[in-house]
Amino acid sequence: MPYHTTSTLLTWITFVPAIGVGVIGLLLGLKPLLKLKQGTLDRLSRLLALICSGASMVMCIALWSGFDSTNTGIQFVHHAVWIQAFNIEYFLGVDGLSITMIMLTGLICFVAVVASMPWGLPKENKEHFSRRSVPGYMAMILLLEMGMLGVFCALDFFLFYVFWEIMLLPMYFLIGIWGGPRREYAAIKFFLYTLAGSMLMLLGMIALYFASNPTTLIDGSPCAHTFNLIKLATENDFGTAGMLLGVAFPKIVWIGLFIAFAIKIPMFPFHTWLPDAHVEAPTPVSVILAGVLLKMGIYGILRICLPILPEATVWARYGIAIFGVINIVYAAFVCMAQKDLKKLIAYSSVSHMGFCLLGLAAFTSQGISGCVYQMWNHGIISPALFLITGVIYDRAHHREIEGFGGLAKQMPEYSAIVGLAFMASLGLPGLNGFISEALCLVGAFPVFTLLTVVSVLGVVITAAYYLWTIQRMFLGPLNQKYANLADLNWRERFTLYPLAAIMIILGVYPMPILHLMNQTLDELVAPLAAAVGL
Amino acid sequence: MPNLAINLEGFRNIVPELILGGVAVVVFVLAALQRTSTDIKQSPKGAAARGKKRWQDVLFTNISALGLIAAFVFLFYPSRDGSTTLFFGLMVSDPLSTFFRALVIGATFLCVLLSVGSPSVARDRKGEYHGLLLVMAMGMCLLAGSNHLLMIYVAMETVSLCSYLLTGFDGRLDRSREAGLKYVLYGGVASGVMLFGMSLLYGLFGGLSVQELHQAIAASSALDTPVGQWAALLAVLFILCGLGYKIAAVPFHMWCPDVYEGAPTPFTALLSVGPKAAGFAVLIRFFYGIFLAPGDMENLIPAADSIPWVLVIGIISAVTMTVGNFIAIVQNNLKRLLAYSSIAHAGYVLMGVTAGGQEGFQAVSLYLLIYLIMNMGAFAVVSAVDRLHNSEDIRVYQGLGRRAPLLGLLMAIFLFSLTGLPPTAGFIGKLYLFAALIHQGGFWYVALAVVGIFNSVVALYYYARVLNVMYLKKAEEPVVTVSVGNMATVLATLLAIPTIVFGIFWQPLAKAAQWSANLFH
Repeated sequence: MPYHTTSTLLTWITFVPAIGVGVIGLLLGLKPLLKLKQGTLDRLSRLLALICSGASMVMCIALWSGFDSTNTGIQFVHHAVWIQAFNIEYFLGVDGLSITMIMLTGLICFVAVVASMPWGLPKENKEHFSRRSVPGYMAMILLLEMGMLGVFCALDFFLFYVFWEIMLLPMYFLIGIWGGPRREYAAIKFFLYTLAGSMLMLLGMIALYFASNPTTLIDGSPCAHTFNLIKLATENDFGTAGMLLGVAFPKIVWIGLFIAFAIKIPMFPFHTWLPDAHVEAPTPVSVILAGVLLKMGIYGILRICLPILPEATVWARYGIAIFGVINIVYAAFVCMAQKDLKKLIAYSSVSHMGFCLLGLAAFTSQGISGCVYQMWNHGIISPALFLITGVIYDRAHHREIEGFGGLAKQMPEYSAIVGLAFMASLGLPGLNGFISEALCLVGAFPVFTLLTVVSVLGVVITAAYYLWTIQRMFLGPLNQKYANLADLNWRERFTLYPLAAIMIILGVYPMPILHLMNQTLDELVAPLAAAVGL
Repeated sequence: MPNLAINLEGFRNIVPELILGGVAVVVFVLAALQRTSTDIKQSPKGAAARGKKRWQDVLFTNISALGLIAAFVFLFYPSRDGSTTLFFGLMVSDPLSTFFRALVIGATFLCVLLSVGSPSVARDRKGEYHGLLLVMAMGMCLLAGSNHLLMIYVAMETVSLCSYLLTGFDGRLDRSREAGLKYVLYGGVASGVMLFGMSLLYGLFGGLSVQELHQAIAASSALDTPVGQWAALLAVLFILCGLGYKIAAVPFHMWCPDVYEGAPTPFTALLSVGPKAAGFAVLIRFFYGIFLAPGDMENLIPAADSIPWVLVIGIISAVTMTVGNFIAIVQNNLKRLLAYSSIAHAGYVLMGVTAGGQEGFQAVSLYLLIYLIMNMGAFAVVSAVDRLHNSEDIRVYQGLGRRAPLLGLLMAIFLFSLTGLPPTAGFIGKLYLFAALIHQGGFWYVALAVVGIFNSVVALYYYARVLNVMYLKKAEEPVVTVSVGNMATVLATLLAIPTIVFGIFWQPLAKAAQWSANLFH
């Protein structure tokens, strides 16, 4: 069924941040003409970033309230022909899979913008990232937000790819200009890794395009091939396509696409860019990186690999599950050895994304729900963890776990929040992380029994490194160097408390999120489950 | 005398070349007159004299620019949708030649604008400089329309001779003269080898124009014997050597970095685009003109199977981009870096030639058009920075993003486009090249595409090195915003606009490239 335009809301959500970028650029260009002071310009661009990301977030809530979760089709469609000569369409829409991710992006970006404000920082700290080249920083954050929202909204493969690549540039500059001491290395490493992945995706995309059947564009004109993701999934059977590079077509294309997505997840052994990028990035950028960017990989697999190349996905399911378990267990062991709090949290992200891979590969209803819910929960918990790291780094100017001790006495409010976030991350029942990890494990157990048993080892180690970290940082005698550290300020409360509230509420009652996606995910996974014989 | 009438008819189709040649003569004469008058007066104290020289500079620029505009207009008048052979098969006028002639005229026009106020061209030699540029543009136009081995040779020599002279034009620098000499030596050898290849081909098949060769090869029994096949392969390789030298493909690229570094920056910009585009036009016309089955854009004649020229071009493509990209990583001079990048880009475009067919040719045309815009832009920024610091070393770019935000931003846009990241035009060019290869679908075509994507990643590393220096490293001295109001900056700004716009909406470009990709028999 052709999806005609029903709403332009998604276009607004995606491009409102771009308007902010444009206005900031205009202000920079007119600065000599209007005789603006640098301070005024800084304040104006901060205000613009707050307004634009806030507006996007508010519209995401409108999207949520207008979303019909019983309908498994595409909603809020905006559909037009973009480049007739190459059969490329401008096609935005949401279903139960993408709506959670769009809402997450809107929320996390707003949190990140608030976390980029210099409120509450001592005046003499001029070198803080929130006080350096502010207009450029805000423009890059907004551009990044546009790219991420675009990826989750796009339903045309070409459009998806363009947004996917647009994210690279701001991320490179955000890490490279406002990052820590090894920022140049981290930025280029991130850039090279992801570009290698996306280049593979480009080839896979072109191969799929040329293998697709003739169809029509949205304006009714006939086209020989299509980039439309819905049509690629429903009107084509790539299982019968011939050979490419001496391998069956769907398998080789699947491998190319999967590597592209695996780099973003990041899946072992493509994960080495992540600790560098996370550690060197400024706090709000780590928040976005962990909260949203890591979800792109799994989202891409669910949006493209699963529905378009189901045979190859079934063929590769053991591989996905094994790599998922390696992610869970290996990264957890690596966490045990970390001395830097931020690096520990970065590796814990790798570990937690492993659950998504395991749940996804099982093709069971629980497993796939667990996978997407784990993405959402990780998108709430890990930003909180990075904000926590930022709080202590702003005060003590280092992040060595061993360098602290007894902070619970000095910063009780902070310690409580850290405890909550750590518990949510290690999967304590009653908090949101538990539900999604449990769903993944429950879903995977009947299919990959042994692998699931092994991955529980990862849960135990996770508990160990978090508890050990709490012990080293917050318990015991207070390190006298830090006897005058201040507790949370209002900016930090404003970013941390909402995330903490979501952790508790969705831990007790997860249905608001699960309801949104269950129908769509069941439909997505049904043909695969049938193919495996579940 | 019907033949004479046909001959005269042919002149209607080379009006642009005639205009370029005529304006060049006018410029040369004016330059000679100006020389004589200044030599006679020799006024040492010279506000007036300097003012007059500046006035003459403006005069030469305007005459050349107007001549190029006129040539461009007459290129599309009368309309060129059909295909006509001119002068007994020496030349051909068809969409392919029209597209590439437009391309080289456009490139020369940009080069003329970029030369305004450039320190690397002495003011009292502006006349000869512009005259030579116009003759070179004429040569490139003739090359793009050549249909005959002799014509290819003559046109190529015209372009080469002007290039040798213009490379050595920067009188301030020894390296410029050195580059000119190196260029002459390499060029002489390459064109000699090519001439030998042509004579072999003539000996084997008894024809010189593309059509004659095509018929002779299709009918000939020379290719049935191994000796004939080897001789034909050798002839093709020798001709490829001459063409490869023009487009700077490995292993005929050795001249390129030295010449790019030594030549005046505006001329380097032209050199990296113009002769390359004309060379690709000849490459397509020669190989596919000979081997394509008549009336068919996709299939080759059976005789083409006995000479593995597609494989040879494919290998050259892979080697060219790999060598260009890997050597570019260690370059510290921006012009040398862009020289190796231009070698790598020749490799990318060769992917399109390898793919062949309408899609392949379309990709080649489109890529070269986009490459013209983005590479000219990058050189315009290099030229602007050269005017600020009198150097192209990567160190003078340190902190450029803070000192000259506009130049930094423009350079970033062009570098992203050269890397091939959306939403810039460079990405679209790459997309069409990869699409042409993958549509072909054979093992080696896809393997070449895979080599291409890994090269794109390598390329990112050295383009990002420039970004790194401009933005990520802090400027050492206190940040002083520098004013950059000159022609090079204006030109770079104007070129950045299509670089972005065509990355978002490129339908007109794709249509034009598709129109050009018709090889009539």
